Amino acid sequence: MPELVYSTKIKAMPKVNDFVVKFANVNGSGSASANNMFAKAIFRMGIPVSPHNIFPSNIQGLPTWYEVRISEDNYLGRREGVDLMVAMNEQTIKADIQSVVPGGYVLFDSSKALANDLIRDDVNYLPLPLKDICLREFEKPAQRQLFKNIVYVGALAAFLNIDFKVLTEMVSEQFRGKEKLILPNIHALELGQKYVSENFEYPLPLQLKKSNKTAGKILIDGNTAVGLGCVYGGATIASWYPLTPSTSVVDSFGKYCNRLRIDPGTGKKKFSIIQAEDELAAIGIAIGAGWNGARAFTASSGPGVSLMQEFLGLAYFSEVPVVLFNIQRVGPSTGMPTRTQQGDLFSCAYASHGDTKQILLFPSTPKECFEFAADAFDISDRLQTPVIVMSDLELGMNEQICDQLSWDDSRVYDRGKVLSAEQLEEIEKFGRYQDIDGDGIPYRTYPGTHPHKGSYFTRGSSHDANAAYTEDGDVYAEVMDRIALKFETAANYLPKPEISNQAKQPLGMIYLGTTTGAIQEVLDSLAKKGIALDTLRIKAFPFHQSVKEFVNDHELVYIIEQNRDAQLKSLLKIECNANEEQMHSILSYNGLLITAQHIERDILDSMTALENAKDVPA
Amino acid sequence: MSYITKPKFQYPGLETNDVGLSRRDYEGTLTTLCGGCGHDSISAAIIQAAAEMSLEPHKVAKISGIGCSSKIPSYFLSKAHGFNSVHGRMPSVATGANIANKDLHYVGISGDGDSASIGLGQFCHIVRRRINMLYIVANNGTYGLTKGQLSATADLGSKTKTGEESLYDNIDMANLAIELGASFVARSFSGDKQQLIPLLQAGLTHKGFAFIDIISPCVTFNNTDSSTHGYKNTWENYIALSQVDFVPMRKEITTKYEAGKEKEITLHDGSVIHLHKTGNNYDPYDKENAQHHINQHKKEGKIATGLLYINQSTSDLHELQDTVDKPFNRLTNHDLCPGSEVLDDINETFS
Repeated sequence: MPELVYSTKIKAMPKVNDFVVKFANVNGSGSASANNMFAKAIFRMGIPVSPHNIFPSNIQGLPTWYEVRISEDNYLGRREGVDLMVAMNEQTIKADIQSVVPGGYVLFDSSKALANDLIRDDVNYLPLPLKDICLREFEKPAQRQLFKNIVYVGALAAFLNIDFKVLTEMVSEQFRGKEKLILPNIHALELGQKYVSENFEYPLPLQLKKSNKTAGKILIDGNTAVGLGCVYGGATIASWYPLTPSTSVVDSFGKYCNRLRIDPGTGKKKFSIIQAEDELAAIGIAIGAGWNGARAFTASSGPGVSLMQEFLGLAYFSEVPVVLFNIQRVGPSTGMPTRTQQGDLFSCAYASHGDTKQILLFPSTPKECFEFAADAFDISDRLQTPVIVMSDLELGMNEQICDQLSWDDSRVYDRGKVLSAEQLEEIEKFGRYQDIDGDGIPYRTYPGTHPHKGSYFTRGSSHDANAAYTEDGDVYAEVMDRIALKFETAANYLPKPEISNQAKQPLGMIYLGTTTGAIQEVLDSLAKKGIALDTLRIKAFPFHQSVKEFVNDHELVYIIEQNRDAQLKSLLKIECNANEEQMHSILSYNGLLITAQHIERDILDSMTALENAKDVPA
Repeated sequence: MSYITKPKFQYPGLETNDVGLSRRDYEGTLTTLCGGCGHDSISAAIIQAAAEMSLEPHKVAKISGIGCSSKIPSYFLSKAHGFNSVHGRMPSVATGANIANKDLHYVGISGDGDSASIGLGQFCHIVRRRINMLYIVANNGTYGLTKGQLSATADLGSKTKTGEESLYDNIDMANLAIELGASFVARSFSGDKQQLIPLLQAGLTHKGFAFIDIISPCVTFNNTDSSTHGYKNTWENYIALSQVDFVPMRKEITTKYEAGKEKEITLHDGSVIHLHKTGNNYDPYDKENAQHHINQHKKEGKIATGLLYINQSTSDLHELQDTVDKPFNRLTNHDLCPGSEVLDDINETFS
């Protein structure tokens, strides 16, 4: 058989600090830490980078991808097309090679020849005999497998011009305390680098140059930031049931609590984590704790949140604070557990039976995950109702660049309207659900506060302003109306939307959460085509008054969201009485983060359609 | 849940206890349960038990699920906070409340539908987690509020008022509680105040998870001669493994017991449980023996009651998790927030 000749110099577009590298691996093969190291090294070179895990709901053996977008312009959303594919998975190699843009690169393990049908004539191949190198250099079978990943990172360092010192420092940091592992890892990096230097012209036209765009920034995933935010926000109790992609929220809370919440004098814990028997118990425990005056939360995702519906109604109607982190994944049902979506807006905005409404917060960066997590406890205590923080898999489980986390040391937790024993002494009669201040928010007491004043019966059954059971419909309606008033108060109290309408354009965009990463890229690209749009990013539900005004002030508003049924658009119609004709949906629901290219295409298509409609004679 | 407000009149000469409260201070609202309902006897027993042991009402939290049984917390200790939660989920709410503040007494009231069917999972797990509380199941073998369906504690062959016969074996909550590691397990009968009150007092004092299964007949739907949860069957087949006296801490023991026929159990706070007239030399420390006794009596159509099992050497959840002494709900910013300097260090680890 004649030896295949892989092309290495095909129409390669020079690209500096602006390209996509995608790693195709088999899950459970140890690729994750090597790939993370690759992304972090680029971050440390001062170049904005955004890695995205596209992984299976599986432990070992199925395909997994790690897509790294590198963008000097700080475009942190996903970009379509792959410039360099690290094709390490034989199961998917054909499709993986197909996804490379013309002029791009395929790095593969050349210990075994590529099949003829995998040879494209418009891409460059970077053959590396990874298996052979590792077989020669390492003795243990596990090492031979694991170090393949490190060798290709070393090779990429040479190909792409990654600062090798940054990599070796990271290895030393990663294995601090396990010094025996440092040298073999550095050796593996060098093997890759050396092979490239001896066999290829390098660096490639696709390459990295040190920059200063990540100074003062951190690279952190949303769930880690949420867990830390819960520590800073004063949460003492986490009750939860394991569910992808929410699990790492409680992992992070536990990790930081074990470091920061141990009483120095006694060594005892100022926190409790309960792995509950199911999500019903998880939220029940958090509600019981909230009722009793401790800050408690649970973290889950769609299927778990579905199970929590009854309890969310109880907490809404009996007005008990509780914080729920919904790290959304693809539904319905089990859906795609390891893919992202913004599909739970309906099931959360009006969670539970009867007339209910829930407070939702929509973080868009890990920094906001931290801030909203801490804020959620203040908001929940202030409004005496559940707060659901709507993150998603994309934000929760992928590292993202953001500003450093910060905390104002003068901040005091807002525990809301809670009466002390002294305050109870001063008042004539305590009524749990009386609207003393006219804002719809009543006063509450913790159990055990006062020997004979302030006790009441909390119930999910209909009750009057003094918490006594009633079947009087008018009395019930009064309570319901007062709770509705509380939610009007909430709309002005919650984080306000981020609006840019300086340009007073006829066109606008409304979006939330992880869609945010693509927006600047869309705006810049459209600006080059002479199109300008105003933008509004929603941070909370119920919507602030300015959301309605924004829709009314524009001829057409693009509502961009990551679900099939335009749930955000429907909420705008219901809550803001927004006009259907003024809103145009841009939807993405394939489980992958929406791209700027997708949004731009849809906007341009809709404009063309509008133009064509005008041209049709009446 | 009463439509009639309870009169506040109190006889001037009413006796007061160590904390200066009379029995009336331990009452709740007027009951809305059916006349003769066993559950009202449970409320009355709790009132007497709490008053006798001078429990401060506001230091008690009453938590229930849904059903006739779960209305009970309204009818005692109106100066205590109560939480009537959702069906079958009292255990989770009680767990959270207990973690938030370890300094209160927790009384969970549930029924056989609430704990043996819809909430069986939560029941099992609160036992496993060893929450320091008294958990009562008011057990009538039927669903009263929905008009008399059989529950999971109804014995095989037991018949309801409409003639519906239980085709399935029952779940014995006391046996299950012992199996899952409850450290205080008793069974009693709403009609036997003599036995129930000291058991409630001992259960309230016990440190750890105390469970009492109380046969509490439903006079409206499940009190026929063919029902094993009716008054007739319970009186006829009721076997007290021991008679129980509870002597609170600091009180003098005045009763004289027949030699060789008593057992004394000293609880963690110095209170004493006296078990006497046992005759059969029943050993409540022996887990396997307790389960054997329950099964043996069941085989004979009898109901074994009294203090079935006790273990004072287990730890509660707070001890297992080694939580701080100060209740979580009293921890402040200073106790909880690590501050900006620590955050700067954490930022470093992500740069």
